[in-house]
Amino acid sequence: MNLHEYQAKELMKKYGLPVQEGRIATTPEQAKKIAEDYMCPVMVKAQVHTGGRGKAGGVKYAKTPDEAEKHASKILNLKIKHLPVKKVLLAKAIDIEKEYYLAVIMDRDKKSPLIMASREGGMDIEEVAREKPNAINKLWVDPVYGLLPHQAKQVAFSLFDNKIFALKNTKIVSTLYQLFIDCDAQITEINPLALSTQGKLWVTDAKIVLDDNSLARHPELEGLRDPDPGEEKELEAKDAGLSYIPLTGNIGCVVNGAGLAMATMDLIKKYGGEPANFLDTGGSSSPEKVEKALSILLSDKNVCVILFNIFGGMTRCDDVAKGILKTTRAMNLKLPIVVRLTGTNDKEVKNILKDSPIDSVTSMREGVIKTIELLEEGREKGEER
Amino acid sequence: MSIIIDKNTRVCVQGITGREGSFHAARMIEYGTKVLCGVTPAKGGTDVNGIPVYDTVREAVEKEEVNTTIIFVPSRFATDALFEAGDSGVKLVVCITEGVPVLDTAKVLKFYREKDVLLVGPNCPGLISPGKSKVGILPSNIFKKGRIGVISRSGTLTYELVLHITNQGLGESTCIGIGGDPLIGLKFIDCLKMFEQDPETEAILLVGEIGGHDEEDAADFIKDNISKPVVSFIAGKTSPPGKRMGHAGAIISGGSGTAKEKIEKFNSVGIKVASEPEEVGILLKEIV
Repeated sequence: MNLHEYQAKELMKKYGLPVQEGRIATTPEQAKKIAEDYMCPVMVKAQVHTGGRGKAGGVKYAKTPDEAEKHASKILNLKIKHLPVKKVLLAKAIDIEKEYYLAVIMDRDKKSPLIMASREGGMDIEEVAREKPNAINKLWVDPVYGLLPHQAKQVAFSLFDNKIFALKNTKIVSTLYQLFIDCDAQITEINPLALSTQGKLWVTDAKIVLDDNSLARHPELEGLRDPDPGEEKELEAKDAGLSYIPLTGNIGCVVNGAGLAMATMDLIKKYGGEPANFLDTGGSSSPEKVEKALSILLSDKNVCVILFNIFGGMTRCDDVAKGILKTTRAMNLKLPIVVRLTGTNDKEVKNILKDSPIDSVTSMREGVIKTIELLEEGREKGEER
Repeated sequence: MSIIIDKNTRVCVQGITGREGSFHAARMIEYGTKVLCGVTPAKGGTDVNGIPVYDTVREAVEKEEVNTTIIFVPSRFATDALFEAGDSGVKLVVCITEGVPVLDTAKVLKFYREKDVLLVGPNCPGLISPGKSKVGILPSNIFKKGRIGVISRSGTLTYELVLHITNQGLGESTCIGIGGDPLIGLKFIDCLKMFEQDPETEAILLVGEIGGHDEEDAADFIKDNISKPVVSFIAGKTSPPGKRMGHAGAIISGGSGTAKEKIEKFNSVGIKVASEPEEVGILLKEIV
């Protein structure tokens, strides 16, 4: 789960990190009021779950409250990478001398938390990694012992030449690590960690990504969730034990298993179709789950045909077939459906579906081709949903 | 031979009294796996379809001399089940459970390294050495004893591909689902090394997906260290960036981890990548 900059900053502030002062506005008037209260130049920053806000015009400097209002009005009407901006952060502007980068991430290769520190702050770290890999200092932390004091110092020394200054600010490193651990994060990042012309360090931008597997033990963090447009359906699916991601095509797919679901989308594309979604029914496919899956799929008005691709492992095919039948009857569903069920208890499937209009196929490719055929037949007949 | 599991694998099922645990314990026994006991705290002394249940894994090791455990317990208890397994004396742990907190997995892996315990998973379908043993939830009927070693980050996609291997009249030495989480125990490279050493394995199928760069690392490793032919399949060519595709680890982030990058990498070191599932069988048939 991604947090907004202001949410990440609030958490960091709670932990005692030197966070640049700021407040949230949802209207230009509020933005003006905050700028008036601050009595100093402010940064107006779009709060959306994506990078590249600056390039998209979502981050502006305002000298006066009137300017802040003007910028806020523009930014609140922006869409950045398709995401509408609902909130702006007004942050007290700081005269910056130099920008640093500091982050803790979970490293998949070394299977440990990794601290990354760089004197090349303020830029996209992937870009720094590509262009100046030596400019990033890396320190892996043993997840059992945690970050040891000398390691935190080592990171601080790598950032700052002034040893006294480095020692004084070591706490920023250890605190950021502690925050990473305490909220089960995948990323806690300060970029930039800005050195002001007065010689003080400030968190002027922050990013936190939480581990979805751990949210169950952090109910307090679940409350920070701010679904993007369209994401509500993904969350509704998640509550039902499904994983669903809408796409732009017209072939709805219901698949068990993430890998097979991706491969099904790929195959649809290969044979000239366009998948309407990714949908993984997870470990079991009870009739209730199938019903939920179908109702989520059908809420997407682009869906013209549905392909089930179920390979039984943990999933029992007879359950799925019964569920499909029961649900499509109850919903009085008119859309063409193609079903491919193979695996545990698959011999019973033919019997279950024999008196229904549902097309049953044995292979995945056959299923994809049949689905695309049905779609084209429907199109020729000028059928609409 | 085969890798990791064979006729000498003696299995304990953690979470055997649950629905999935009892169901799959029965399937494993049907297949011929030596499932000797199960563990559910406070249910020791009872049995599940005649399989004795113990309170702790250590007791299972002492009484039944098991050397492997498979974990089905719900995710909120899975971390401790993993530690308990690692502390019991078994040498192999297979974690089916999905949703283990990633930081917990990091700690477990550190513990396992010290104890010299192998972990398969979490969030995996387990593994099978056809004709010998199955420690997992893979549907046994699709596998056939043979000479293809299969390594995969996926579950059902692996079954799909195995079907096409079987359809070509080929079979598997061992098929291992390494799991879809960001942090996992055995990775592609660990399994590749074992298949290289296994005289029964003639060719290897590597099944990858979007997210991370394990496939790229595996490609480099294969180029320098693997003499046996390798065929690959990569899922997620049509996956949008920034979205978690079911598996916790399957996400394209910062423009990196795409299927395109992985396929190009494999091609650059001369590994053939199948363009659709059925082609996997055809490519392997050409080689073997």
